[in-house]
Amino acid sequence: MTEQNTFRSVLCRLCRENKLAVFSAGVILLFVVLAILAPVLTPYGYDEIVNAANRLAPPSAEHWMGTDEVGRDVLTRMLYGSRISLLVGIVPTVVSMLAGAVLGILAGYLGGRVDSIIMRLADIMLAFPSMLLAMVIMYTLGDGIINIFLALALVNWASVARIVRAETLKLREAEYVEAARSIGVGRFTIMRRHILPNCIPSLIVLFTLNIPSAILSESSLSFLGLGIQKPMASWGLMVNTGRQYLYTNPWLSLAPSVAIMLIVLAFNFLGDGLRDVLDPHLKKQ
Amino acid sequence: MSNIIRRIGQTVVILLGVALLIFIMLRIIPGNAIVTMMGEHANAEAIERMTAELGLDQPFYVQFWRYITGVFSGDLGTSYSLNRPVGELIATSFPNTARLAIAAALFAWVLGIVCGIIAAVRKNGILDHLFMGVSLLGVSVPVFMVAMVLQYLLAYKLDLFPISSGNAGAIGYVLPAIALGWNSAGSIARLTRSTLAEVLQEDYIDTARAKGLRRLPVITRHALRNAVLPVITMMAVQLSSLLSGAVICETVFSINGIGRLAVQAIEGRDIPLLQGTILFSTALVILGNLVADCLYSLLDPRIRKEV
Repeated sequence: MTEQNTFRSVLCRLCRENKLAVFSAGVILLFVVLAILAPVLTPYGYDEIVNAANRLAPPSAEHWMGTDEVGRDVLTRMLYGSRISLLVGIVPTVVSMLAGAVLGILAGYLGGRVDSIIMRLADIMLAFPSMLLAMVIMYTLGDGIINIFLALALVNWASVARIVRAETLKLREAEYVEAARSIGVGRFTIMRRHILPNCIPSLIVLFTLNIPSAILSESSLSFLGLGIQKPMASWGLMVNTGRQYLYTNPWLSLAPSVAIMLIVLAFNFLGDGLRDVLDPHLKKQ
Repeated sequence: MSNIIRRIGQTVVILLGVALLIFIMLRIIPGNAIVTMMGEHANAEAIERMTAELGLDQPFYVQFWRYITGVFSGDLGTSYSLNRPVGELIATSFPNTARLAIAAALFAWVLGIVCGIIAAVRKNGILDHLFMGVSLLGVSVPVFMVAMVLQYLLAYKLDLFPISSGNAGAIGYVLPAIALGWNSAGSIARLTRSTLAEVLQEDYIDTARAKGLRRLPVITRHALRNAVLPVITMMAVQLSSLLSGAVICETVFSINGIGRLAVQAIEGRDIPLLQGTILFSTALVILGNLVADCLYSLLDPRIRKEV
């Protein structure tokens, strides 16, 4: 079977077996399109005070989700906020997956001192409550989106490394790897050409399941005021500022909360579906 | 037994690693903490004297050694912003976090395990689909959202609970506990369902039923005993996420706990306080995991024998 065929067959099975996962993929795609087209879809800017006199206005034909505490259009900020959430979901997850996969394979295949150094470090990282670790890293690095990427990548690589290492330990003993070794293929070539490709299904599943947790972490950090800073629009930050008006204008904080929930839910459904199709073993862990 | 001793050894190493990592992270900050502390107009001499008084002019390893020996004698340093010993601040706020976390854990365990059992017994039934749908919703909503919705609906609109929990006594902890336990309840329900459904297919369950035992005793006495082991491990793992979520919950409901202390420390750029709260919380998680591991090997004879 060629690579393309297996990819297509996985997609077919996903479509056949799990309608909800496919629907979720559609929802994610919709969010992506909305995020990209934000400037086209709304006449306002994300930091534009549309009507200073019309602060905290309820939803209307002009402002579908009303205006916020300084008179900005809430829907516009929601659309721009989806950019942050998607970026924060994807970028740090890609970085932590890459780092985790490389370190996990090195630890699992080379064993010995490399293994114990990498895995002790991973143990230490995993011992922290993730939110508190992210808070300390944000404190050290300072605010800003790049630092959020870094903080979340630093928090998440260890669990990826642990899973990839376990997989590598199994694969290392596989016959085809032994065959490769016996004809003199180098260690690093084996890791790259024989171990890594076999870890990819698990990595894809981990990838879709780590995105929602990264989105939740960013929103929590921004909610505490330690993440994205004004005047940028992040859903967590909007909840943070909207919270003061919870009793008079609940939609200010609830609308972005619902958006976070929807996108996280969509990624979780998709991840669950992919796991059932790609990697039934992972379910038991 | 030797296994447990080895685990304790590992735990000590991890604890030291954690302390070192926090220490390093908080000392590579751009900008001098002393300057922040004394204000921008302090003169050079005053800054120098203050630095010396706090021992910050010493080499890094001397500072770390002092800190670690201090920690072991119960001295976590003095908070810059609140001017009180960090240990004392933690001691006054920890009981609040503990109350919140215990209440949340109880809520999550009871709800999660009961829903998980029902879902497993009625696998693929309506209740199963309903509970599993809701539980996925449970792991997908941000803690602050549940907290605010509860606060808005039950505390503000219906006036059933106090809005702020700070001085409200036991009743004030109901909503924060639900908000904090919600996520964990979802994952416990899912895990209970999958492990119990697997155990229910074993032969010995059929044997027990064939002997004429009723369904409920078979589930509670025979099946649950085996299914509950992974759930126990998960509970320990969730101590960590409970402490993470507590930061948010305490902020929303104005509870003076460890999480809020950490946020205050960050806002006041208060390194000793931040260091103390993070070290304390992480140590708690690490010790919780150790206890769970020991408990696990006591409960499961298969593991006990391997040792």
